Amino acid sequence: MRLFLAFASLRRHRARTILAVLGVAIAAAMLLDMVMLSTGMRESFRELLLSRGFQMRLTPRGTLPFDTEASIADASRITDSLRARPEIDLVSPVLGASAHVLRGDSSITTFALGVDPASQGDYQLIEGHDASDASSIVANDDFLRATNAKIGDTLRIASGYDPQLRSHSGERALVVAGRARFLYLASKQLAIAVPLRTLQQMTGAARNDRVSLFMVRLRDVNKIAEVKNWMRTALPTIDVISTADAMARVDERLSYFRQLSAILGAVSLIVGFLLVTTLVTVSVNERVGEIVVMRAIGVSRAHVVQQIVLEGTAMSVAGAVLGTGLGLVTARYLDAILSRFPGLPAAIDFFLFQPRAAWTAIGLLTACGVLAGLYPAWRAASLPLASTLREEAVA
Amino acid sequence: MTALVRARDVRRDYPLEREAVHALRGVSLEIEKGEYLAIVGPSGCGKSSLLNLLGAIDAPTSGTVEIEGRNVGSLGDREVTEFRLRHIGFVFQRFYLLPILTARENVELPMAEAGVSAADRRKRSTELLRYVDLGERVKHRPAQLSGGEQQRVAIARALANRPSLLLADEPTGELDAKTGEEIIALFGRLNADGTTVVVVTHDESLARAARRVVHMRDGQIVRDEVTDG
Repeated sequence: MRLFLAFASLRRHRARTILAVLGVAIAAAMLLDMVMLSTGMRESFRELLLSRGFQMRLTPRGTLPFDTEASIADASRITDSLRARPEIDLVSPVLGASAHVLRGDSSITTFALGVDPASQGDYQLIEGHDASDASSIVANDDFLRATNAKIGDTLRIASGYDPQLRSHSGERALVVAGRARFLYLASKQLAIAVPLRTLQQMTGAARNDRVSLFMVRLRDVNKIAEVKNWMRTALPTIDVISTADAMARVDERLSYFRQLSAILGAVSLIVGFLLVTTLVTVSVNERVGEIVVMRAIGVSRAHVVQQIVLEGTAMSVAGAVLGTGLGLVTARYLDAILSRFPGLPAAIDFFLFQPRAAWTAIGLLTACGVLAGLYPAWRAASLPLASTLREEAVA
Repeated sequence: MTALVRARDVRRDYPLEREAVHALRGVSLEIEKGEYLAIVGPSGCGKSSLLNLLGAIDAPTSGTVEIEGRNVGSLGDREVTEFRLRHIGFVFQRFYLLPILTARENVELPMAEAGVSAADRRKRSTELLRYVDLGERVKHRPAQLSGGEQQRVAIARALANRPSLLLADEPTGELDAKTGEEIIALFGRLNADGTTVVVVTHDESLARAARRVVHMRDGQIVRDEVTDG
């Protein structure tokens, strides 16, 4: 009967109830988006780092991958020494450089990755063959679109540009062997992957036997600390960054994001709470006479409170469920906008949906609905019967 | 005859900012089972205050009110609410039906609260609505009923849990003369069928229908007379 009465009361002012539910839905959508934002980017980044199973990155001392032009010398020797360790399963040396596709008097600039195709972890081949031949490349869709090239085409590509001599140190005719999706690159960024040795030769003597970073995959993740200690001793000019280290740095850099989302999430929650409280209070104030009569004819205080709390809870739950759908749509739209942010890997999701985030948003708003109904319900159920009836009669 | 209600030296003060209003000044009253009693008097004489005490929706400042031998002033909120549910039926001047419920659902509300099964509620509400001549209007909501019909639904609701005492506060106050007569006739029929009825009224017709009339003035009973009814 209480549930029936609660829903009947909500139906009584249908338009008001619908508007309130919509208001709660917007607050819920905002709350869900903020919960997704506060954890999404971090989780997405972690998933990206671990997507190909490499748990460690080795970079020139004091740098992060590709944040400077710095490179690591003696790449072949280091590669061999790393591969000799029994704990290490795979080593992927990577060199990053600018390259230019020459077209008569003009050129198209692209980012080139020098990789060992057998151990690379930077791209996923979508079509064609890998760049296993010294004169072949794989390219992403943006590159193929910009150069109007297709698999099998030969392109003249140069690298190692010297601004004083106005010439490139290396120029090659390279064949597009395959089409690939590059995991760590920004949206719309043109990219190719070239065999490491080829790119080292093209970039000139300064880059001979140098790489920008090594990616390392261990056989046993529990050995990370042990291998890291060995690397620090054996390779003193190199920084060793484990996934945990990278996540710590990401956490540090994203702390402003998290604070912002926590504040906006709290504001959404407060708005939702106030909205439901206001609506329930208004509804209760309109029904003081009925509530007092219910009490007078023998309906217990607890049952009156339950009925009113149910009304607030029903509005909150309906709003929260509707808001979850709305929040997911909004998150998708916002994610598409933020993914175009320059310099960030396109694969990063700002708003990563996790069921826990949705349950958190629904749970918080439901709790708000219960709390929002409690005060007006208790106040109404505790009104003195005789004097309130007299006032109602006079009114 | 057995005393169903026994009020002894009851006082009820309502504290205001500067001074208290003494609504009842030492009222003593006994009501026997099966009586039909009207409480009359000018506005502000304490009629409704006395009815509220007899119905256990208010507690006396001093004195005692016993209903079926229980001192209702000493009961806690939960106990007194349960007592009202099972022993007292209320009819108000302004009907106070729940507008979101049908006539039948309004009548079933106190029974649902008392834990009566859905089947028994349905049976009892049908009987009661027929008793008040609304057997054909069980599915109508209050807004679809006339004032007299609403008051009859309110009377059926008051009788739902077979109370030992039916209290009515100005039950004809919102009705026209003809409809008021119908309600007066209904109260007479109820009393004839064994229900103890206490009404507070300004309505002389209603007061004349009662078999005992208590006259109040300035918070006191000034005359208590048995009439022809």
